[in-house]
Amino acid sequence: MAHPTPSQTVGPFFSIGMCTRPQHELVPAGGDGAVAISGRVTDGDGEPVPDAVVEAWDRSGGGWGRCGTDAEGAYLLVSARPAPAAGEAPHLAILVFARGLLKPLMTRMYLPDEAEANAADPVLSALEPDERATLVARPADGGLTFDIRLQGGGQTTFFAL
Amino acid sequence: MNAHRLVRVEDSDRGGREPLYLHPDYRSSVKRAPTAPLVLLPEALADRTGPAFGDGDVTAADADLTTQQDGEPLGERIVVSGRVLGSDGRPVPGTLIEIWQANAAGRYRHANDRHPAPLDPNFTGAGRCLTDSEGRYRFVSVKPGAYPWRNHPNAWRPAHIHLSVFGRAFTDRLVTQMYFPGDPLFEFDPISQSVRDPAARRRMVSAFDWETTTPEWALGYTFDIVLGTTPMED
Repeated sequence: MAHPTPSQTVGPFFSIGMCTRPQHELVPAGGDGAVAISGRVTDGDGEPVPDAVVEAWDRSGGGWGRCGTDAEGAYLLVSARPAPAAGEAPHLAILVFARGLLKPLMTRMYLPDEAEANAADPVLSALEPDERATLVARPADGGLTFDIRLQGGGQTTFFAL
Repeated sequence: MNAHRLVRVEDSDRGGREPLYLHPDYRSSVKRAPTAPLVLLPEALADRTGPAFGDGDVTAADADLTTQQDGEPLGERIVVSGRVLGSDGRPVPGTLIEIWQANAAGRYRHANDRHPAPLDPNFTGAGRCLTDSEGRYRFVSVKPGAYPWRNHPNAWRPAHIHLSVFGRAFTDRLVTQMYFPGDPLFEFDPISQSVRDPAARRRMVSAFDWETTTPEWALGYTFDIVLGTTPMED
């Protein structure tokens, strides 16, 4: 066994290397079924995190994208609607990197209009209601809103890496 | 239905071989580290596959940070090369590596970098490449300078290059920093020292290498990158 290289923070200037070109479209915007997903990343004081990058992966369709946050902590992704897969409710897998995060945070975004599939999902259904609520996007302006709270009240549920 | 509950775990530093989210010496972690326990996904549900980055528009020129502008950047020219391996020791071919760094004076080409050191018009500080069939990669750059930051009084970051690696699985994704051998700032750096185990810390330090040092041209440093989850115990 080789020993894994330890993780380190992306630091405040990651956009030089990780955001050199727009990559926030998992699928082309404006295409059939493309959904805009916007949200804010906030810290334990509720303050915006302006130096985070949100990476999303749609396992059901293979789409991948990422977006750095702006001064308000806001990000925008465009994805196809994920499909259900292997007994799980449709969701996007998400990693968050930021200055101050020495290793990434892993979470999932589920869809608000999939009540039945969400209720049967092996992950969502095994969480407490307040934890579950942090993983389900909210409808907004024809798209979805998914806020990510790193710490404190209403903290997003994160999975162990 | 679904009366089962998923296991919650406290954040683990894997015996000191990985950082914890909360490392108070690194001030920015204090308000950003999650405080609630983490949810352990059952192995069957873990995201063990991942997006592929085998194609795209990555060109050989993207791996040379010294030829991206009209002139040559100032600084000590370096060649950084190595292999990307899985935790099984096997090479990871065709995976995307992105790097970014400060220039030789310790200044990033970024609007928020206020360090009063000169920008270099001939240095952008970003590169990328795909590993070859044996997991090998190679970048040409200049050695980044150390720079001050405001974490604590007279805080200076050791020279480092940021690396982002994709790997085979979503959970292989690694962002780390490569340090240079013999850097006197390394042991005082809260970010590198967030990894408690000295042997694990050394895995973030490149090695000076005569093989890749090119006569009359550039110093060689080698750095192998191992992906995968650090086991709880050996």
